[in-house]
This record gives sequence, C-alpha cells and structure tokens, in this order.
Amino acid sequence: MADVLTFTESGIYCPAGDFYIDPWRPVDRALITHGHADHSRWGMNRYLATDAAAPVIRHRLGEIDLATIPYGEARRINGATVSFHPAGHVPGSAQIRVEVGGEVWVASGDYKTVADGLSEPFEPVRCHAFITECTFGLPVFKWLEEDVLTAQINAWWAANAAAGRTSIIGAYALGKAQRLLTCVDPSIGPILTHGAVENTNAVLRAQGIALPDTIRVTPEMKAADHPGALVVATPSALGTSWARRFGPASTAFASGWMALRGVRRRRAADRGFVVSDHADWDGLNTAIKETGATKIFATHGYTSAFQRWLAEEGYDAHIVSTEYTGEDMTEEGASATDEDAA
Amino acid sequence: MKDFAALYARIDESTKTTVKVAALADYFRTAPDDDKLWTVALFSGRRPKRTITATRLREWAAERSDIPLWLFEESYHIVGDLAETISLVLPDATATSDRSLTFWIGEIKRLSAADDTTRKAGILSAWDALPGPQRYLFTKLLTGSFRVGVSRKLMTRALSQATDGDEANLTHRLMGDWTPETTTWERLIETTDPSTDLSRPYPFYLAYGLEDLDALGPATDWSAEWKWDGIRGQFILREGEHHLWSRGEDLMTDRFPELAQLRDFLPDGTVIDGEVLAFRDEAPLSFNALQSRIGRKTVPKKLLTEAPVILMAYDLLEDAGADIRALPYADRRARLAQIVAKAPATAPLRLSPTVAATGWDQLAAARESSRDRQAEGLMLKRRDSPYLAGRRKGDWWKWKVDPLTIDAVMIYAQQGSGRRANLFTDYTFAVWDGDQLVPFTKAYSGLTDAEFRQITAWVRKNTLQKFGPVRQVTPEHVFELGFEGIQASPRHKSGVALRFPRMLRWRHDKPMKEANTLADLKEMLAAYG
Ligand SMILES: [Zn+2]
Ligand SMILES: [Zn+2]
Repeated sequence: MADVLTFTESGIYCPAGDFYIDPWRPVDRALITHGHADHSRWGMNRYLATDAAAPVIRHRLGEIDLATIPYGEARRINGATVSFHPAGHVPGSAQIRVEVGGEVWVASGDYKTVADGLSEPFEPVRCHAFITECTFGLPVFKWLEEDVLTAQINAWWAANAAAGRTSIIGAYALGKAQRLLTCVDPSIGPILTHGAVENTNAVLRAQGIALPDTIRVTPEMKAADHPGALVVATPSALGTSWARRFGPASTAFASGWMALRGVRRRRAADRGFVVSDHADWDGLNTAIKETGATKIFATHGYTSAFQRWLAEEGYDAHIVSTEYTGEDMTEEGASATDEDAA
Repeated sequence: MKDFAALYARIDESTKTTVKVAALADYFRTAPDDDKLWTVALFSGRRPKRTITATRLREWAAERSDIPLWLFEESYHIVGDLAETISLVLPDATATSDRSLTFWIGEIKRLSAADDTTRKAGILSAWDALPGPQRYLFTKLLTGSFRVGVSRKLMTRALSQATDGDEANLTHRLMGDWTPETTTWERLIETTDPSTDLSRPYPFYLAYGLEDLDALGPATDWSAEWKWDGIRGQFILREGEHHLWSRGEDLMTDRFPELAQLRDFLPDGTVIDGEVLAFRDEAPLSFNALQSRIGRKTVPKKLLTEAPVILMAYDLLEDAGADIRALPYADRRARLAQIVAKAPATAPLRLSPTVAATGWDQLAAARESSRDRQAEGLMLKRRDSPYLAGRRKGDWWKWKVDPLTIDAVMIYAQQGSGRRANLFTDYTFAVWDGDQLVPFTKAYSGLTDAEFRQITAWVRKNTLQKFGPVRQVTPEHVFELGFEGIQASPRHKSGVALRFPRMLRWRHDKPMKEANTLADLKEMLAAYG
C-alpha cells in the first residue's frame, strides 16, 4: 500500500488528497495544525484550519483564503478523509488525522498532553502511523504538576509585590503568555501586557476565550501607577529599555528550557519557570503509546536520540527532517520574530 | 537538607551579591551548628572527596530510571552536569525525608566505606527519599563536585553579619586544614583563642592587575620586584614543625621535601610569603620543570635533581612568633632580608630581588625585560602598606608584561558546559604551514556571551563534520590569541605548547589567509621558549 503521507521538500504531503500539512514552501492547498510561525506560513493558495485556530492565523497572515473546520468533523479531500483533533499545544491547535483506504496516519504538529486550563486538552487518536515532534525528547525533561508551577509563579509575584518590585515575565505572545494569564492569581495585583501579547489577547478574547483583565503597556505609562504589577512581555523585551521603565523589578523567563540550570543561568533573569507548551518526555511516550501506531516519524527536536529510543522500544521509527523549529532555544535579545516562534 | 537546598536556590537564582550574602547570613542565624559548620566547609572548598565512580552512578541512575545507558549519556551531553542529569532523569521521590545536611554527608561517608551492594542500595534509597533540588545537591556532594557562586570573601562577610564577629579575624580563623570532623562550630568560630592550630596560615594578600599607572603617585613610594611564574606559597615554621600552603590552601609540605631543611636555618615562629620556583644556577627553570613536581605526593630522587625548587621570599608575616602584618611593607621586608641573609647560600631560599628605580620610566623599561628573566612582569607594592587579606585594590598591583599574541584560524568548536551549555565556547585554532592549517592550541575564554552566541549560530550552519561533541567547521574566522609563554612540545602536532592561551579578540577585519604561520610560532619559540 502507498504511504498516506510523504515527506517532500515543501512539507508533509498527502498524495491521495493532494494537500500538504504545515508546508514551508508555497503550495496550493495547506492544512494547518496551529498558528505558530514555523507551522503556518505565508504564500499558500488555500488554507484549512480549525475554527479556533483561524482568528490567530488570519491575524498573523492577513488576507488569505482560509476555510475552517470544527474539531472531530470528517471531511473528504480528493481520495483522503481528514479530521482535526485537539493537540493541547495552544488554543485551536490540532493534530490532523488522514485516512486513505482504511490506513490512518496522524500528523500531530506540536502537542502537549497535560491540560493547561486554556488550550483544548490533547486527545489521543488511534492510528497506524504517527508523526511526532520531540522538542523535549530526552528523559531529563519532565514538567512539574500544573498546580506546583502555578504556586511557584504566584509566590514569586506576591513576594515581589510585597517588596515593592514589579514582576516581569517573558513568554511567547501566542499560547504561553495567555496560559500564564490564566493560571496566575489576579488578586495579587494588576496585570500589564506588552503590545505583542495584548494583540494576541484581543484576538483570543474576540473568539470567546476568557482571559483576566489586562492593561496594555503604553509609552507614557509609569510604573508607579501600577504598584505590585505583573508584566507579561515577550522574551525579547526583557533587558531592554522597554523593561527598564518599570524601575526596580524582578525578571523571569517561562520556557521548557528553564529545566536546565545552565540555560537558566545564562539567561541572567532572576527566575526561570519551567513552562512549556510542548510535551515532556513522559508526555511524548504516553501519547505515542496511546495512538497504537507502530510506525513513528520524529520531526523536530532531539530526533536522533528519540528515534533510537523508539526503535529499541520496538517501534518502526524514523527521522524526518523538517523546517519546524520547536521551542526556540536561542531566545536571545531583540529578535523580532520571538513572538512568532515555537 | 531542605533548608540547605533553599539556601542554595536563593544563591543560585540571584545575580546580586547583597541577596546572596543576606541568604547566607539568614542561614547562619538559624541553622544548627553542625550544618553551619558543614556549610562553611563546603563554601570554602572543603568538599568530601569522591569515592564512588561516576561510571557506577551513571549505571545506577540509568537503571533506576529505566532508560538505556546511551540515552543517559545523550542526556548528560545536553545537560553538561552529571549530578543534574541524574537528578533530572530519576523518577520523582516516593519517600520523604527531613534529615539534615550533616546526616546526608555522614551517609555519603558511610557508603564510601561500604561494599558495592550496600553503596548501591544506600544511594538508590537516598535518591528515592530526596525531592529534586535536594537530590541534586546530594549527588553533587557524592560526586565531589559541589560548587557555589559565592566567594569565600562573601561567605565570610555573611558569617560576620550573623555572628557579629570581625571579618578579618574570621577570615584568618577559616584558614588551614580543619575539617568539620576535626573541629566544632564553637572552636572554629566562637572561641577567643585563635592560635590553637600551629599550621594555620594567614590569608594571602592578592593583587589586581594594574589599571592606571598615573594614579600611583611618585615611583619612590613604591617597591618593585619581579613577578615570578611559580607557585605562590606560605612557609610556616612554628615549634619546630614546618608547613607549606598554596594560595588555594592546599598543604604542599610533602611535595617539596627539599624545603624541609629551612627548619635548620630559619628562627622558630617565622612565616614567609613567597613563590616556589624550580631553580638552578641562580635562575628559574621553565614552568614546565615545576609542572613535573606538581601533583606528585612523593618525589623520586631523579626529579629532585632535575627540577630542584627554592622558596623565593616576598614578605614576612610572622616574626619571632608575632603577627607583623600590620607593619609597613618596608619594615617587614627589612626583617625578611635579615632572616634570609642568615641562611647559607646553599639553602633553598632567596630574597626576591627588588628592581631599583627612581622613576616610572626605569620601571617600565625593566618590565619590558621580564620575559628574558623568566618573569611575568613586575609587582608593585606600596612601601608603607600593611599586609592585607584577600584580593584588594590600592596597595599592591600586578604590572604584567603584555601577552604574546598570534592570529589564528578556528577549525574545531565544542560546546561548553554548565552556564555555557548549548553554546560553542571551546575552540581549536590553527596556523598556516604552506597551504595547510596545522592545529596548535585550544582556547575557551575571552569573548563576550554575545560573541559566543553569534559564533554558536555560525557553527551550527558551518559544520563540516561531527566527531562526538566536536565539530569541524569551515575555516573562516580569525582570532587574536594571547598567551603567557611558549614551549617546545613533542606531544603536539605543531611542536609547541602555549601557556594560558585565551582569545583576545575576534579579528573580523582579518582575512583567513593573513593569519600567522607555523614559522611565526617557531620564531617565537626560539625567542621565548
Ligand atoms: Zn513546532
Ligand atoms: Zn507551536
């Protein structure tokens, strides 16, 4: 039997359906897992994404031909049947199930298996072949329980507020920033947001996603007007003059890489919180097991170690090279694309 | 252990000195005496020795985590720290423990003496009883690699804040070869008689590199001497026993047995600050000669004749049993001169010669000749200065000769570890031999973090081949390297070995073809080797 999905220079391709999933070169028809820049790119003739992912994709890509589909609804595209299923990565993110002649393949994009209170929770989809990321595909990456993590962040914020310091946390504008907004305790103080974060907030609020009240940081804003505030900023804004306006402040980064002491120290923020919208080691392994798939393709992350591990576990495991970037490890300085990465 | 882990976290998270000192002072106010004593010991580099091999720990951690050893190694390579890798891969603790730091160090000692089966059981149950941060620290102690980002000076400051003790006095008390097993918190910190330990050295006075010559005033206020390239040491003779301490507070007495004869020539109650030098025919031998003596606990006869050492005396700290550090340098030096003069010429002791000068020009000229004398430059000491403790600015300055430099091409890169994990920071450099690039040295410091990041991004895109963690990169970038000396070395392909090589700057302006050649290196070897 021919492969349901193939790996081409333009992206993941379905010959029976004549469409691509998350392509990185311009193609006619693109099925998009989620709105992060490495998965939804400009230049396709036609796009298809979930209802929930569409607003952010439109916000980022502007005037495009974008059709939408609810989670779980099967749709025929040429010789293939496709459906979208929650990936738990960011609001609207999906795994794409493709069935051709009874053979089922799933391209999972980016995913996270634990619920974060914001994204539609991950749903395992049974399949024969599973295409997985492995951004954190090493056994040193194990995320904390959500309530432990939340308690850490709230304690940090509360201690800063009590000491008269502003708390500034760096997190990606789509997904992680809103996840932080959802988990922190708004009774501690006001929440201010960087423009890039607030723009995404506006898009998500408009589609009915509940977020706590936030105040957009403007050029004329004074720190003294918002004592004890939590500022949610893009990672690139930390350490710049934008951040210095808040006077005495404690800074933090929210990233899966913060699990590593060396990375935490190199970032020179006061704190590093281990917050990721990707699956950790256990999450990856559980997800793969629950698909029931025997054939696994690892796309981005620690692919060679992860492929070898899966092969030794008895899977027919392969590495595919793609142009997906995962949770950006370089995260440094004034990169304008920070908000789009991951 | 929980409190100690909290202390460690507060220190590790912060980049601010005041926060670190406050955290330590809080801890010293509240922790039990035995934990405080161990904390002082650990923070002053008195780590328990590693007795269990890293290989066994890796195997046990991989086994307990249910992962193959290769995957553990792969993870270790990314994390860059063994204890951290172990604490991260292990499953969550299932038991809980509120045992103290002292208890766990005792446990490490107990297991060190036990057979392999007992060790394994003990370590696995410790890992299982300690949550992440405590497990990391326990494993750091187990591997003998515990380190903390607080200098001894700051630790002593915190101790002084917590105990209301005088900082200089505390600094002195913490010197010497005590361990938590040989003393108590009370004896070390609180008793009024600090002279109980005859081997206890004084804190070394360390100089900074000279910043501004013009700020020093008239040259006649200063005494200049050569800065020798040996091992700084403090020679102590009290009650007929002698001790030789390194700056890092290693007891080196047995490594340099020829210095024992100084007991016959020096008066009792003498403490000399000086430099241990390999020395023959009234001139220092190369640092290589001294190198052959370092790290040897017992010295074969042959080596004693090949690389005999002397003590080049700089300063006198104790005279006839009295601490004279508060006297002006000129007075101490005069007393030192008298003591040295009484020893016979055959004794392994010399008075470090001063460089006579009436003006800075003369000193500047003398400094230029340093390399010819096997010296690294000049030491400037204010004539009326007391002997201070630790690294201080003002009264003593190192006026080192400029490093030798060479422009070289980067050909291999390797990731750093710890703070610089994920950055390519360790490079191998080559010079031209005809149209071939010949590797001749490694260097891994001297650039800013921003430059390291820039190079890291470049390395990822310009890797020609991978050899394990090492990447061969496209030869393209030229760096100016600085180094303190050059020696012939048959072990190196290039035939030379550099002393203290580091990157001085990235020569964006220099095309690769204009880097230096092997012939240039050989010329330097002829001139300075
Ligand atoms: Zn991705
Ligand atoms: Zn993503």
